[in-house]
Amino acid sequence: MSATATLGNAGAMAGSAAGDYALEVRGLSKSFGGLEVIGDLSFAAPRGKATALIGPNGAGKTTVFNLVSGVYTPTAGTVLVNGRDITGVPSRRRIHAGVARSFQNIRLMQHLTVIENLLIGQHVRAQGLGALFSPFRLMPKHRWWKEAQQALDECGLGAYAQQTVGALAYGIRKRIDLVRATLASPSLLLLDEPAAGLNPTETQDLLAHLRLLASRGTSLLVVEHDMPFVGEICEHVVVLNFGRKIAEGTLDEVRQVPQVREAYLGSEEE
Amino acid sequence: MSGYQTGVLVFLAFNVIAAYSVYLPMAAGQLNLGIAGFMAIGAYTSAYLSNELGWSMLASVPAGALASCLLATVVAVPVLRTHGIYLALATFALGQIIAAVFLNLEVVGAAAGYPVSEYVSPMVVVACAAGVVLLMVFLSRTRYGLYLTAIKNDATVTDLMGVNVRGMQISAFAIGAMVAGFGGALYGHHYSFIEAQHFNVLLSVFTVLYVLLGGTQTVLGPLVGAVFFTLLPEALRASDQWRYVIFAALIILMMLLRPQGLLTASLLRSLGGRKQGVQQ
Repeated sequence: MSATATLGNAGAMAGSAAGDYALEVRGLSKSFGGLEVIGDLSFAAPRGKATALIGPNGAGKTTVFNLVSGVYTPTAGTVLVNGRDITGVPSRRRIHAGVARSFQNIRLMQHLTVIENLLIGQHVRAQGLGALFSPFRLMPKHRWWKEAQQALDECGLGAYAQQTVGALAYGIRKRIDLVRATLASPSLLLLDEPAAGLNPTETQDLLAHLRLLASRGTSLLVVEHDMPFVGEICEHVVVLNFGRKIAEGTLDEVRQVPQVREAYLGSEEE
Repeated sequence: MSGYQTGVLVFLAFNVIAAYSVYLPMAAGQLNLGIAGFMAIGAYTSAYLSNELGWSMLASVPAGALASCLLATVVAVPVLRTHGIYLALATFALGQIIAAVFLNLEVVGAAAGYPVSEYVSPMVVVACAAGVVLLMVFLSRTRYGLYLTAIKNDATVTDLMGVNVRGMQISAFAIGAMVAGFGGALYGHHYSFIEAQHFNVLLSVFTVLYVLLGGTQTVLGPLVGAVFFTLLPEALRASDQWRYVIFAALIILMMLLRPQGLLTASLLRSLGGRKQGVQQ
């Protein structure tokens, strides 16, 4: 098997109709100075499903997220979301193309309350100068408060609405970060290590939350080291090592690839 | 009210206006150390329009504010490409350049100063300062205020939420300069005389101090800071020259004990200041 062995739907995207995939990455490269961190990366994430991006630390997973969300500009290659080329789209416009993300290290506004963090996440649905300068924060019954509260209630987090983010437990903040990312009703949600640091109960809550999102048609791209978690939620897996794809397929399929076992997963005996 | 008390009240009103002109860009994470320059633009523009073109104060004072806003918008485009200490230095230099220009501009009296023909009464100055406070409280209750806080906290995340971070920063800088210009215009018309030397770097630094020590987490922080640091030196007058030592010692103490400012969001919450949302 070649060094860039692919399984499962390998090559499928080449013959697919545009828009069959929530995300298509074609020949993506990123270099910082002379250091290439992503090299000629191509993969596709099926629409309405969860795809995992896995690999050892430093493999370039978060860099891929930064390239897809527009934080970084690729050195080469294209990024398509729902068949639309968004490579040149500025980062702040990508949410309009349906791309939202969470972060590996939670990046909520620490001294704001939970619901205020969610109000920021609503921005894409509150456009125009009228929305920008409406003194709605003087109106406790304004629909924006209600919508944010409803999003929290749906996830069982309603009780935290008025609490300051910085005072909350890690697991709760993780979930709130996720809720904020979903408020723009994204078609593609990028989740960077969503289960990291969660206890088993919190992980189960997170899984239920992600299944709810998937049932509503949201496509997920998940960076995660927790393989049982990946196995629970992700039907498709892409494995990176040193910025290059070394395998693609179901979790069971990529587990059989020697390069994957050698670089990341290890063998059963280990 | 005695003449002294009126004088202190007017001085406080000008300091409050100045503090909010610094606060708005600072709420978005930008330190404007050239605020005195924008006050000078407002003061000289409105004074010139009142003196030479015979404009009414009702037109010349807003025109002064607008002139500051326009200059700030033009300058903000290149200047706001810098961040942190570089932005502070760029705005500091801008303030110095503006003051130097007026110091040498014969048409407005240059170094000899420039008398202003019309007069704004103390109560109008105080009412205008109250209006500025209300405007800022209003803005803090909008998405605009919320997004400025978000940008200060994490500009990358705010950008990814779809907020036009650069546009927001430019507008905060420009509105702040407009408020400074408004304050400068009122200043000239109240004291009936302006001179470039007044709009020096110390004025900018003290104004920044009001905001930082009052606290930038809440919209009322600059008001508290301006009140505290206007009235404190007056209260210490009896101690003669020692007041400078006491004042400096108090500033150092506050920086040690309240680095986040006198008024914080959590303090307001604990005081039961709101039911819904936080004062940001």
